[in-house]
Amino acid sequence: MKWIRVAAIVFLVAVSSACLLADFVAPASYEQQFRDVPDAAASAQHLLGTDDLGRDRFSRLLYGTRVSLLLAPAAALLSSLLAALIGGAAGFLGGWLESCVMAATDLFLSLPWLFLLITVRAFLPLNVSPFASVTITFALLGFLGWAAAARVVCADARALCSSDIVLLARATGSSGFRLLWRHIVPNLKPVLSAQFWISIPVFILTEANLGMLGLGVAEPLPSWGSMLRELESFSAFSAQPCQFVPLVLLVLTVSCFHLALQKQELWA
Amino acid sequence: MQPCDPGDSFSMRRIGKHAARILIVLLLGGFLGATLVRLAPGFGVDEEELDSRLNQESIQALRQTPAADASLPGFYLRYLSRLLHGDLGSSQTLHEPVRQLLAERFPETLKSVALGLVLGWTFGLTLAMLATMSRVWWIGLGAFLLASVLLCIPAAVLAILFVIAEAPGRLVIGLIVFPKIFHYARNLLGQSASLPHVLTARAKGLGTLRVLLWHVLPVAAPQLLALAGVSVSLAFAAAIPVEVLCDLPGIGQLAWKAALGRDLELLVNLTMIVTLTTLLANSAADLAAQPLHAGEA
Repeated sequence: MKWIRVAAIVFLVAVSSACLLADFVAPASYEQQFRDVPDAAASAQHLLGTDDLGRDRFSRLLYGTRVSLLLAPAAALLSSLLAALIGGAAGFLGGWLESCVMAATDLFLSLPWLFLLITVRAFLPLNVSPFASVTITFALLGFLGWAAAARVVCADARALCSSDIVLLARATGSSGFRLLWRHIVPNLKPVLSAQFWISIPVFILTEANLGMLGLGVAEPLPSWGSMLRELESFSAFSAQPCQFVPLVLLVLTVSCFHLALQKQELWA
Repeated sequence: MQPCDPGDSFSMRRIGKHAARILIVLLLGGFLGATLVRLAPGFGVDEEELDSRLNQESIQALRQTPAADASLPGFYLRYLSRLLHGDLGSSQTLHEPVRQLLAERFPETLKSVALGLVLGWTFGLTLAMLATMSRVWWIGLGAFLLASVLLCIPAAVLAILFVIAEAPGRLVIGLIVFPKIFHYARNLLGQSASLPHVLTARAKGLGTLRVLLWHVLPVAAPQLLALAGVSVSLAFAAAIPVEVLCDLPGIGQLAWKAALGRDLELLVNLTMIVTLTTLLANSAADLAAQPLHAGEA
C-alpha cells in the first residue's frame, strides 16, 4: 500500500504549500470583517462563507492552518531537542543522573497531559496579545512534551554505549564529548527523527483541544483550535456545512501524518 | 510456626517500592506545584486591597497572610502541614474549601471515567481480538479505519458533536479510550498470535476461541494490564474537554474553571489528586501483572 503513503505525503505537501502561500491565495486578511454579510453561506465571493463576525472563513482557514502546521513542528522540534539533550546525556553518563532523569520522566508521565498543560498555562498570564498566546501555547507543548521521547532516547543511548561501535571507538582513544558527538549522536538520529514526526500530530490535536477550551491561541489570530470553537454555536436551524471544513481538514491532515508514518507491515 | 513464604516477602517489597515511588512523585509534584503557585505573577496580591472603603489597618491585615508565605521552603512546609491535616486550602474563585469541591465533583468524574474505560476496553479489546483471530478481512479493516478516524479527532470536537447530536456526553470518554486500546491490543495480540506455539496449536486443529483464551491472551496479558494503567490517565485527561463542553460537573470542569480564573491553589490540588489516582492505577496494574511475568519466567 505504498501509494497510500505517497498520497498522504502529497496531501500534506499541498496543504503546507497552500498555507505558506496564504498571503497570495487568501482573498482577505484573517481579521478583515465584512460586516454586511455575517454568517453568510458559501458563495463565489466567500468560498466557505463567513463567521458570525463577518470574517472570510476560507482566509481564516488558510492562516489558521499556517499557524497550526508551522508551529506544531516547531514545538515537536523543541521537545525532540530537549529529549535528545536530557535523555542522551542521561543514557551516556548513566549513574545517578540517569536515575534522576528517569524519576523526572516518571513524574511528567504520571501527570495527565491536559491537566498538566492547563495547569502550567494558567500560571502564565491569560490576557496576552495573540502573538504572545501563540508563542506561549506552542512553547508549552514543546517544553512539556519531552518526557516520553527522553525515555526512548535514554534507553537507546544506553544501548549504544555498550554497542560494538562505541567499544571500538573507546578502544581507539575516543572519549567524552568526541565520543558523544561523533558516535552516539549520529546513531540517535533515527530515533529522534521518529519522535519528532510522532509528536507533530499529537501537538496539533492538543492545540485543537486547548483552543476549544479557550486556553490556546487568542483571537483574532486563527488556529485550528480557535476555528473549531465555531462548532459550539452550531445549530440545526441555521446549519452551515462549511463550519465543519476546519474539522475535516484537521482530521485529514492528522490522518495523513499517521499514514505517512505508518510502518509498511501494518498494511500487510 | 509457619516459615515466611519468600513469594509473600517479595510481593510486600514490591508494594513497598511502589508506595515509596508514589510518595516521592507526590512530594516532588507538590513541591513543583507549590513553587509555581509561589512564583506565579500576582502571588500575594489580594483583589480586596483595591477596595477603597478599606482603611490602612485592614489592608495591612490582608497583606499579613501572604507575607507569612514569603519564603518558598516555608510556603511548601506550611502547604504540606495543612495537607497532612486534611486541609487542601480554599478556592479563590469559587470561595469554597477545595476539599468540599472535590467531595462534590470527584465522584461525578469517577463515574464518567469508569464508564469510558469500560466502554473503551470492551469495544477496543473485542474488536482487536476479532481483527486478530477472525479470517473475515473486513472486520479488521473496518475496526482499524474506525479507530484511526477516532484517533484523529480532538476530544473536544467529539464532545461538541455529542452535544449537537444530543447524545450522553459521558460516552465520549469511551470513544477517546477505544482507539488507543484497539491499536495497542491489536499489535500485542498479533505478535502473540504469530508465536510458534500458537501456530502449532492452530495446525493441530484447536478451535479459534481455545487458541485465543489459552495461548494468545495469556502471553499478551502483562502488557495489556500495563495498558490498563495508562488508559486511566488517558481517560482523566479526556474528562476535561468532555466535562467542559457537555456541562458535566466533575473535576475536569472544575480544573478548567480554575485555569480560567487563575485559581492556582485549586488547580495544583486537582492535578495532585489526579496524579495520585493515575499513579495508584499504574501501580495496581504493575502489581497485578507481576504473577503473570513470574509465570512466563
